Amino acid sequence: MAEQQGEIRFLTPPTVEVKQKKYCRFKKNGIKYIDYKDPEFLKKFLNEQGKILPRRITGTSLKFQRKLSVAIKRARHLALLPYVTDLLK
Amino acid sequence: MLNNYEAVFIMTPVLSDQQTKETVDKMKSVLTDGGAEIVHEENWGLKKLAYPVQHKNSGFYYLLQFKADPALISKFEVAMKRDEKVLRWLTVSLDKHALEYAQKRIAKRNGQQAAAQEAEPAQENTVETVENKEN
Repeated sequence: MAEQQGEIRFLTPPTVEVKQKKYCRFKKNGIKYIDYKDPEFLKKFLNEQGKILPRRITGTSLKFQRKLSVAIKRARHLALLPYVTDLLK
Repeated sequence: MLNNYEAVFIMTPVLSDQQTKETVDKMKSVLTDGGAEIVHEENWGLKKLAYPVQHKNSGFYYLLQFKADPALISKFEVAMKRDEKVLRWLTVSLDKHALEYAQKRIAKRNGQQAAAQEAEPAQENTVETVENKEN
């Protein structure tokens, strides 16, 4: 029946990506304060050049992205994190 | 009214242990003379900087947590600014979440210190030998 209605049939079945839903790790783990004194933790939210990763990639909620950016900037001021670099990781 | 604050400052790496101690004591006296109460202090020791500051690639980090009147902070910052041994400093006020985190951190550190004290004699010896080599 389905073929008669003109449904497209593939030789190889198309792979359907199952996207894992992103989540805010601060909300999930109940972290309320982001410490600027812990550069190793903050590095998880930086790319290799030391730039802050956008929310659309990390999945962080807006509230914590704001706090995160403040924490990273404080760490940069104290030379715990670089402002610009190559190959951070 | 006293607020909670936290200050981290970086001192130049050229100082001797005695000089760093003097600088720290000076900063602490600025706070205590102004009626502040020092809650917690941490010596992070000599750390590498992520980028050069005043042509220096490392520095002595020191953390102070204290309760102070807001008016005292500007005096404290001026003292930091005037002292040329201090490369960088950052003073932040602690909100309730930060305070909670800081208390946990102190508790954790105290636990570590208690554990470290048992193994302290061995550690101290190694530090001394390293210093002697440098001399």
